[in-house]
Amino acid sequence: MPEPPDPGTPGAPGASRDATGTTGTTGTTGTTGATIELESLTKRYPGTPQPAVDNVDMEIRAGETVILVGPSGCGKSTTLKMINRLIEPSGGRIRIGGEDVTDMDPVRLRRQVGYAIQSSGLFPHMTVAQNIALVPKMLRWPAARVRARVEEMLDLVGLDPGEFHGRYPRRLSGGQQQRVGVARALAADPPVLLMDEPFGAVDPITRDHLQDELIRLQHELHKTIVFVTHDFDEAIKLGDRIAVLRERSHIAQFDTPEAILTNPADDFVSGFVGAGAALKRLNLTRVRDVGITDYPTVTVDDPLERIFDLLRSSGSHEILLLDRRRRPYKWLRRGDLMRAKGSLARAGTLVSDTVTRDATLRDALEAVLTDSSGRVAVTGGRGAYEGVVDVETLMNSVHELMEADRLEAMEAQHELEGHRAGRTHAEQEGAGGVADT
Amino acid sequence: MNFWEYLGNRHQQLLVDTYQHASVVFQCMVAATVIGVLIAVVTYRSDWAGNLATTTTSTLLTVPSLAMIGLLIPVVGLGVPPTVIALTLYGLLPIVRNAIVGLRGVDPALVDAATGIGMSRTARLTRVELPLAWPPILTGIRVSTQMLMGIAAIAAYASGPGLGNLIFRGIASLGSSNALNQVLAGTLLIVLLALLFDAGYVLIGRLTISRGIRA
Repeated sequence: MPEPPDPGTPGAPGASRDATGTTGTTGTTGTTGATIELESLTKRYPGTPQPAVDNVDMEIRAGETVILVGPSGCGKSTTLKMINRLIEPSGGRIRIGGEDVTDMDPVRLRRQVGYAIQSSGLFPHMTVAQNIALVPKMLRWPAARVRARVEEMLDLVGLDPGEFHGRYPRRLSGGQQQRVGVARALAADPPVLLMDEPFGAVDPITRDHLQDELIRLQHELHKTIVFVTHDFDEAIKLGDRIAVLRERSHIAQFDTPEAILTNPADDFVSGFVGAGAALKRLNLTRVRDVGITDYPTVTVDDPLERIFDLLRSSGSHEILLLDRRRRPYKWLRRGDLMRAKGSLARAGTLVSDTVTRDATLRDALEAVLTDSSGRVAVTGGRGAYEGVVDVETLMNSVHELMEADRLEAMEAQHELEGHRAGRTHAEQEGAGGVADT
Repeated sequence: MNFWEYLGNRHQQLLVDTYQHASVVFQCMVAATVIGVLIAVVTYRSDWAGNLATTTTSTLLTVPSLAMIGLLIPVVGLGVPPTVIALTLYGLLPIVRNAIVGLRGVDPALVDAATGIGMSRTARLTRVELPLAWPPILTGIRVSTQMLMGIAAIAAYASGPGLGNLIFRGIASLGSSNALNQVLAGTLLIVLLALLFDAGYVLIGRLTISRGIRA
């Protein structure tokens, strides 16, 4: 359970679920995130009395996913676009990886900063491969390297290079377009990725998939991601830290999702968090964080005797049948095989739903609740079996979470009161007073 | 002499006239396309400049072609120069208008994306905006060409090149044995040329419009 950093000191170390920072070069790409510092960043449009973005100070750690969230028109998009200077700031400084980029040639800057937008922004007259190759080509990578990179990026975002390489964007679904958009943004391996409501225009189911995909990608790549959305649930799901913005991009709270949910800074934030903070809390924990129980399994290639033996010997009255690629296939109960006269093809009930290790507790709970027996198989890479979660495990961890949150909130309250008491005490006793908490 | 005998007898002369007609239209179209697209590129970003360009070119089009050539003769003399200038000016309007509409019609999100991934202004124009605006521009070029085919016939008035000479000669000697044949041959050849050019544009469209945006 990560401890939320002190709100108001966004630069506080630790506290992030994913603050791997500059460490290691995992996965397929080399460059990991860089820090982004915004220093009294301001945008004033001529002819308007109020600035659109007013004096934003923000420090984003390397490898961190920061979500800018707020009502429409609060200037979150403007703030984002000032980072790659699509909108030139009227005041303040921007530093990326310590380097001041406020006066750098904007074209050069943008080639080092990935940029993904709503409804993908793919160029319809170019094929998928041409779209992805754009930035590497502008950076004059040799042709062979560009080609290899395109395949690699398609693979990374889960699209088969052979199938999608030569397709035009209009022949892709919304979700696929968005994947290609992300691939294009990452093609030149930038340390920083800016995403402007990238999943705003796709249907809820696809959006969910894309979010999971982004989490997986970020696990591999450790880029610094700044992500704009107006959807608080999306913010909770994706963010290491969330900046809740009010009008003119004033930061109402900049903290971890846990801290914002359990300890909203003011009425504006709690209003924005909305009802059901406890349920939203479920979106913060992933199946990988709760206990996955191992289940007796057999594969379709196992001889029938072994299956019978296992059914008899294992304590459970049910076993999981896996297919040849170790994907969950059927639930087999004692007696199922008898009734089906020993035919695996007819015995048991098909596995209707599985969850991945990265699925949120909310998704897992949903799957478990819709399952008649109250359990669901957990899968890893390529849908292979990893374990099972059931309703008890989930409920227990939910209880633990709630308990932990409550304790933390109480502690924070305590500290605050102790602080105040101490101060009053000190004021009464003069300078020598010692606070007792 | 019937029409077919006339064609047979004069085919040499007819071929030369047809070639000259096609050539002058083609060259003027190239000039009009280059100038028209340039005007559009320079003006499409600003409301008033774009409108000014469209209004000016459409005003040019309302000048009667005979008058335009007549007015040019005292300035640039007879023959090819007034023909080329007049045709190029007439050809501008559809191209300028379609290019401005096409360039302004490019999805702003795509322009934003192009800038955002680090394209320079020139790269954005040549690699994103112009390719996306190309289908309407090509339509403008087609319309222009059809128009110029007819207008080019008037060039004969300024002793310019082309099939207009045939028609003018025919009209001048109306009543003589070949008058009707001349007018008829001139007209039919112009129509034929226009159809050939149009077929050419369909082919150019096939070759140059990306499959990703072809209707």
